[in-house]
Amino acid sequence: MTAPDPRPGEIGRPRPRAESRRLLAGRGRYASDENRPGQLHACFLRSPHAHAAIHRIDREAALAHPGVAAVLLWEDLASVCKPWRTVSGAFPGLASPTQYPLASGRVAWQGEPVALVLAHSRAVAEDAAELVAVDYEPLPAQADYRSALEPDAVLAHPAMKDNIAWTMDVAAGDVDAAFASAALVVEDEIVFTRHTGVPLEPRTVLAAPDAASGELTVRISHQMPHQLQLHLAEFLDMPMSAVKVSTGDVGGGFGIKMHVYPDEIAICAAARLLGRPVKFVADRIESMIADVHAREHVVRARMAVDGEGMITAFDIRDLHGLGAYSVYPRSSTMETVMALRPIGAAYRYGAWRAHADVILQNKAVTGQYRSVGHPIATTVTERLVDRAARALGRDPLAFRRANYMRPQDMPVTNPAGLRLLDLSHEACLDRLVELIDYDALKAEIEAENANGRLLGLGFAAFVEMTASGTEAYGRAGVKVAAVDTVTLMLEPDGSLKAAASVCEIGQGISQGLRQIIAEGVGLSPDRISLSLGDTATSPHGGGAWASRGAAIGGEAAWGAARRLREEILAAAAALLQCAPDTLDIADGAIVDAAGRERMGLRELAETVYFRGYELPQGVQPQLSVAHSWRRERDAAVPTNGIQASLVEIDAETGLVRCLKHWVVEDCGRIVNPLLVDEQIRGGVAQGIGAALFEACRYDGEGQFVTGTLADYLLPMAGEMPDVVVAHVETPYSGSVIGAKGAGEAGTCGAGAAVLNAINDALARRGASISETPATPELVLRALGRLAPEAEP
Amino acid sequence: MADPGEDESFRDITVRVNGESVRARIPVRLSLVDWLRDHLGLTGSHVGCEHGVCGACTVVVDGTCLRGCLMLAVQADGASVETIEGATQSGRLRALQEAFYARAALQCGFCTPGMLLTAAEFLEGGEAPDRDAIREALSGNYCRCTGYEAIVDAVAAAAHSRER
Repeated sequence: MTAPDPRPGEIGRPRPRAESRRLLAGRGRYASDENRPGQLHACFLRSPHAHAAIHRIDREAALAHPGVAAVLLWEDLASVCKPWRTVSGAFPGLASPTQYPLASGRVAWQGEPVALVLAHSRAVAEDAAELVAVDYEPLPAQADYRSALEPDAVLAHPAMKDNIAWTMDVAAGDVDAAFASAALVVEDEIVFTRHTGVPLEPRTVLAAPDAASGELTVRISHQMPHQLQLHLAEFLDMPMSAVKVSTGDVGGGFGIKMHVYPDEIAICAAARLLGRPVKFVADRIESMIADVHAREHVVRARMAVDGEGMITAFDIRDLHGLGAYSVYPRSSTMETVMALRPIGAAYRYGAWRAHADVILQNKAVTGQYRSVGHPIATTVTERLVDRAARALGRDPLAFRRANYMRPQDMPVTNPAGLRLLDLSHEACLDRLVELIDYDALKAEIEAENANGRLLGLGFAAFVEMTASGTEAYGRAGVKVAAVDTVTLMLEPDGSLKAAASVCEIGQGISQGLRQIIAEGVGLSPDRISLSLGDTATSPHGGGAWASRGAAIGGEAAWGAARRLREEILAAAAALLQCAPDTLDIADGAIVDAAGRERMGLRELAETVYFRGYELPQGVQPQLSVAHSWRRERDAAVPTNGIQASLVEIDAETGLVRCLKHWVVEDCGRIVNPLLVDEQIRGGVAQGIGAALFEACRYDGEGQFVTGTLADYLLPMAGEMPDVVVAHVETPYSGSVIGAKGAGEAGTCGAGAAVLNAINDALARRGASISETPATPELVLRALGRLAPEAEP
Repeated sequence: MADPGEDESFRDITVRVNGESVRARIPVRLSLVDWLRDHLGLTGSHVGCEHGVCGACTVVVDGTCLRGCLMLAVQADGASVETIEGATQSGRLRALQEAFYARAALQCGFCTPGMLLTAAEFLEGGEAPDRDAIREALSGNYCRCTGYEAIVDAVAAAAHSRER
């Protein structure tokens, strides 16, 4: 297929998003803005215990409460809904018990839905929920995963023999020999505290059954309506064609809104059971306690360096806190793999070994969150790399450069099993050095520190595996679409109507796809209307995950655009009695080789739709086309980059302030640089949040203690630095456009750069931190201004 | 616990909403933002946290930005309330909206109405709109998508366009 013109066209143009005008005017249509006549409002009664047996539930008083229509338990929903269990060929032996939309005799995490109260308003439903009497027998809770492997450990699920959900053991190369012969071995144990995505719009679902047609229409704040449609059809025993799922505007996702949640399934089942529309909007504490959490790990890692200063091996042990269940359908263990395999991926090394124990806990389920696992891999790698550079007295950037995977080393499948190609580490590093004015910045930091400030500069090179292909879930037997499709139709007025299977969640892919289609056909993007996120109008496909929009959806859009262009030109050639290859489409008109307009798109379309008799016999223009694209090689598309962070520590208060942050990254061909840069910046904010503020904390009994936004701290405008973004563009060689995933790169490396910067500063006081978030308390303990924490 | 039936007592209120007088009989426990959204269909004000932290529900009451989730609708009796819909209609936000659009200072858009109203109040307050002051002024409004820089740029650009 013809590749896009490399000259500046629509692809590569920094256009604002057309649809943002609607959002700016307060005219967004989020799921919570939708209502249906006769709808019931839902309130879940959630378990106050992390672990308990349920002996009896008395719902009489709640049912008698004025305004209450129903109080449902699992035994009610069981007549219309099946439970589910997470199984994946990618994780053989995965132990994750059956999950139910409402608790079935036992609760295994605090916040697990127990009963569903439906009333004429949410307030009345909440009143009535207080009247449901549940006879709980509290059970010991597995809340401290570090002791979960001990022989007498409390069991998260008493029917299981231990707390191990899955164990990963992978090795390649002679790790022991590499360490035995190493000139230098550096090691660290890094603690990553659980955190979560906190999309500002809480999860919301409105399920409306149609008694006459038997259809179920579901409006939901979600990243992948097609996947949900498939699972709803399975659980509710309906044909997929009778389940219609649409998202409307989605108020942030970040991976949080791509899973099967018991509460959302319960709402759909209740709507089916009662034959009435049911609406549920999670409140903030429900969101904090029942959205998937992520990234609870303790990683102990060693890195071997030879006498030449070259990295030779990694040896890694990970303890990963999974939560009560492995999330459906993708499995929370995907994070384990992506936290470990990218360790060391920016560098040439020979041997790699990783062992992970993934632990079941009486805590909220964990799942995929932006840049799945990678921030852990990057932090582990870059801490070790900094330690090695420091031990060898080498400049941290020079040490990285010497060890980088170079263009001539690729393509390669590295010892950790990652397929690496089209990466640009040295070029990104060169650009970063220039951007930060490295020598001047170092001098400035030295001068400020000599004046009594405590500044540090940290770096993090990263590799991120994006745009997962058909192998990732397909071979594991998990039904996740990795193919995307775009449909395109020429309207009678010469404008285009398009639909795509990728989804818009604010990242701007709608604008990106329209620019690709515009360039592929030859007209302005404002002549294209694009519909996304509705299973009734969009073809089946992946939705929004793994930064796939431009890399996969973009290829489908380009293919559809070129097919439509060919059809248009063939029809025009038939009418103009010339050869199609003497014609082109530019600015919405059919032009000849000299660029002279021969016919407008409207004229052509009107002829085809309204005056078809003018066409020659046998000419049947296909002005509606569909094009699907799946990548045929490379399980994922690797991307790379490097980030730098400048922080200041207040040694009196322990507060860390990020003063400035830089990102140089390579997401291949950039479709819209304005929007890509904002994806990077937004991702950096989430990385900085994890490094400095964000923590889902439980006490020893599994009680969640960070349920409000006053307890769970997010970066605000005053805490965020300006983020300088630059790019190296190395097109992906396996696609026509050459785009790679862009949406998660910021998150992938930001936290690692910040932690390295903190440690650069602390090293001046002989201290260090190996835990995130780096709270003031941790900083003060490291500086010796607070006593070390007593062992529990 | 009180008899839950008592929670559903009602009061009559009269409020000027976006310049129009509205009379309504509402549950006394209804928050202002829930009334605007669920009873008047003004869904541009968003509910993000319901405990006054995130700022997505920001509305203007008698000229001052307030949290629509922390105020009861009955407390607005006799007041004048402006929402994103009214402020858009009146043109009060035009410079900010243009700047946000051009600078791509929004992604999911959920925080945007509150952010715009807060920024407008700041710009109209007359304080010098340097970046630190803008960041400080917006520090009661969470944005989870942008990292704030584009928003700060857009507010600065709007301030500049107002000066000209």
